[in-house]
Amino acid sequence: MTQVTQLKERLVQLEVLRYNPDTDTEAHFQRYEVTCYEEWVVLDALNKVKADIDPTLNFRWSCHMAVCGSCGMMINGEPKLSCHTFLRDYEGVIRVEPLAHFPIERDLVTAPDDFMEKLKRVKPYIIPKEKKPISEGEYKQTPAQLMKFRQYSMCINCMLCYAACPEYGLSPSFIGPAALTMAHRYNQDSRDGGRMERQEVVATHEGVWECTFVGACSEACPAHVDPASALQQMKITSSIDWIVEHLIPGGKK
Amino acid sequence: MDTISTDVAIIGAGGAGLRAAIALAETNPTLRIALISKVYPMRSHTCAAEGGAAGVIKPDDSFDLHFDDTVGGGDWLSDQDCVEYFVHEAPKELLQLEHWGCPWNREADGSVAVRPFGGMKKKRTWFAADKSGFHILHTLFQTSLQFPSITRYDEYYALDLLVDDGRCQGVTVMEMRSGQLRQFHAKAVIIAGGGAGRMFPFSTNGAIKTGDGMALAYRAGAPLKDMEFVQYHPTGLPNTGSLLTEACRGEGGILVNKNGRRFLQDYGMGPETPVGKPQLKTMELGPRDRVSQSIWHEIQKGNAVSTQWGDCVLLDMRHLGEKMINERLPLVRELCASYLQVDIVKDPVPIRPVVHYMMGGISTNTKAATPLPGLFAAGECACVSLNGANRLGSNSLVELLVFGHRAALSAIEHIQGLPAANTAALNARAEETQARIDDLFSRTDGTESMSGLRKEMMDTMEKNVGIYRTEEGLQEGVSKIHELRQRYQRVILTDKTSVFNTDLFQALELGSMLDCAEAVTVGALARKESRGSHQRLDYVERDDKKFLCHTMVHHQGLDVPRVDYLDVVITKSPPGVRDYSGDHK
Amino acid sequence: MSRRPLVREVPPTSWYFRHPLYLRYMSREITCIFVAAYCVLLVVGLQRLSSGPTAWDAFLTGLKSADSIVFHLLALAASVYHAATWFGATHKAMPIQIGEEFVPPNVISGAHYAVWAVLSFVILYLAGVF
Repeated sequence: MTQVTQLKERLVQLEVLRYNPDTDTEAHFQRYEVTCYEEWVVLDALNKVKADIDPTLNFRWSCHMAVCGSCGMMINGEPKLSCHTFLRDYEGVIRVEPLAHFPIERDLVTAPDDFMEKLKRVKPYIIPKEKKPISEGEYKQTPAQLMKFRQYSMCINCMLCYAACPEYGLSPSFIGPAALTMAHRYNQDSRDGGRMERQEVVATHEGVWECTFVGACSEACPAHVDPASALQQMKITSSIDWIVEHLIPGGKK
Repeated sequence: MDTISTDVAIIGAGGAGLRAAIALAETNPTLRIALISKVYPMRSHTCAAEGGAAGVIKPDDSFDLHFDDTVGGGDWLSDQDCVEYFVHEAPKELLQLEHWGCPWNREADGSVAVRPFGGMKKKRTWFAADKSGFHILHTLFQTSLQFPSITRYDEYYALDLLVDDGRCQGVTVMEMRSGQLRQFHAKAVIIAGGGAGRMFPFSTNGAIKTGDGMALAYRAGAPLKDMEFVQYHPTGLPNTGSLLTEACRGEGGILVNKNGRRFLQDYGMGPETPVGKPQLKTMELGPRDRVSQSIWHEIQKGNAVSTQWGDCVLLDMRHLGEKMINERLPLVRELCASYLQVDIVKDPVPIRPVVHYMMGGISTNTKAATPLPGLFAAGECACVSLNGANRLGSNSLVELLVFGHRAALSAIEHIQGLPAANTAALNARAEETQARIDDLFSRTDGTESMSGLRKEMMDTMEKNVGIYRTEEGLQEGVSKIHELRQRYQRVILTDKTSVFNTDLFQALELGSMLDCAEAVTVGALARKESRGSHQRLDYVERDDKKFLCHTMVHHQGLDVPRVDYLDVVITKSPPGVRDYSGDHK
Repeated sequence: MSRRPLVREVPPTSWYFRHPLYLRYMSREITCIFVAAYCVLLVVGLQRLSSGPTAWDAFLTGLKSADSIVFHLLALAASVYHAATWFGATHKAMPIQIGEEFVPPNVISGAHYAVWAVLSFVILYLAGVF
């Protein structure tokens, strides 16, 4: 095993966007200097600032292991989870801003209302293909059937993809990567029969057809969900649906 | 102050709260349900649970075996009528989750797969890779979205219960984004606010686990039960405290000291089983309290590995192979790589025991009812007691489902034929809460720093209420926490503005933690025996004559709480010996 | 003493300068202008062909001009970039699952390149290059 070494310290400079509706009409940056350990993440630095320097700094966090999705923010212009952004990867002043494309409530806290509404709109729950009482046991689902949708079920709802997506930034009515991916996750689940119901919501102008496959969402996603792939796959099924309905005699929806 | 009228108010939207909400909505779609949480539901700490949820499903398993494992694992402090109910309901709840879309891992034939877990005689832990809690939470949250009768109040912090006429009739909350107080007038209240592990400096718990739900009930007159039983999970990352699931050992990982010895065999969990072929209920699959205590002893003996984060032992998973690790333990691999820069495929990872779960909580009966009529509780914030003196891994996730559901059914029974509320009385209670908050804001002569007090509390808990406790240490702990509770009355806010004021929320959370910490220390001092996760160096034996009972702590304002005891319900399993050696029958 | 969420505007015509990934995306999208222009050129060529030998010869002469050669080089570069980015992304739109595994992305894009090479060879052969 490695010999005992002391934890290396490091002086970190953070440039943090502040906004308090009680006192400010605009946002402004504030510089903090704080001693950290080299192995820390940006969240640790923010917590140290709040505990020792400025208790009025506000941000969300909880699990510190990239699974709860609370701590999304822009770090040097990239959407990241602050609990999973390592100081060792940064030099110089680190710029910390609230997650892009969402209104700022206060400091680094954004208002996620639009995302929450869109998530609900896509009907992200099993609409069973065939109903079955639990007394009859589980729906059989092979490992291969599970793999068909499992990747898309990993979304932690952190909204980094919404911050990365330029379409969402320019067209706020876009349903967006994570919500649309949730529809796809259920469409791909062998137990579900609700694809056509969801298509009415997702195969629309504000749905998948707003997407131009920039792919920034999948780059930003910390849970390897690859939302871009889900949206492109839904575009294909949407196209096939349209062809069947409009061009094939006797083809029904 | 705004008043919102509802039928059932649920405080906490994690696994238990969401399950209760869905059960209410399904059983009676005309009920108005207010689901109140200080965080968005997907942030609830249920998401961090990794290993799985236990339920009897395979033909070689039985309810009796699950019952025996749980009662023995709890060192006979579990109420056996509750355990009986639990083991029967568990598989139904897990199947219901499967029907709602939970992506459980599967056997080749499409049936649900189960994995071995600590302290269990048979494989019965259902799992979804190593993110079971995450999938359970998201399945429940997404399922809840289809019920229009569930109205969510996200980022509302619950301040005080409204109690009148001897009944709980609602709660006063703060809307966090505006700082406004609002009242909920409800016919029944279900608390599902989670545990309080953040009172310790080093835990697997997220920032939000500050015991607010427990403190709410406690201050309203419901006793807290068995608070001294704090579970240390054996394998936590030594720097962040993040959880490395028990499944690491379930899949075959081994624990070794600095000499490469699998030391658990020296603590009654031998003989050594073959590497990579774990045997149920022995060696690395022993119960969490025994494994954590063994690691503590190894560290005391000087057999630990010294690292820059302190003394650790090693968890070795190399022999599992890259394919199995990527398939069954991908999150574990990622956590070790990111936070420790260790690749578990190539190297053993240093770990040490971390505070993880509180067996204690708001006292309820098997129907999830607290002694305060109209108030129900479920999940980690409650103590039925299912888990007794030590919880078996994978019982908690399913506990959320079983008792979340049960709390909903009990709430529905309770609200039949209730007399009308005395709104004037409830409004008066709410105004008291407003005054309390106003006082906190307007205080200018405060002498205490909030983060300073918090640090002192954490240091005290770490030093005096650890894995092994002594009379002297506990006395010091009791008086120090009591002192901190008094000093807390003079804490001052630096931020006095109204929008999303986390300085305020942290101050309120500190108040909750201090209340819960006092219950923990007082209960630990009074329990003069060693049982399960409560181990005393001065009373090393279990004492069934005096202490086969639950510690009940009652809030007395700023005074020291009152302690009394409640007998454990024993039905078919008289207290026996916990045998985790390889020769056990 | 209440909420006043602050909305940050996204600059509608210069947003793509904010990140290299956005610039790469825009350059990918711009290639479609060259692809479209080349299609127009092909249609014009067909029209000239059907108008008789004089028009056709004039068209061929025009193709040999310096402007034309520059355009063709740019259009070739754009088309290659267009195709390469397309091939690299196809696996996202059409995942191929065999049992519990997915066909690796480079196999899918590799297959596209292989088909492209074969088609290119066939066309060049038919055009008499070999």
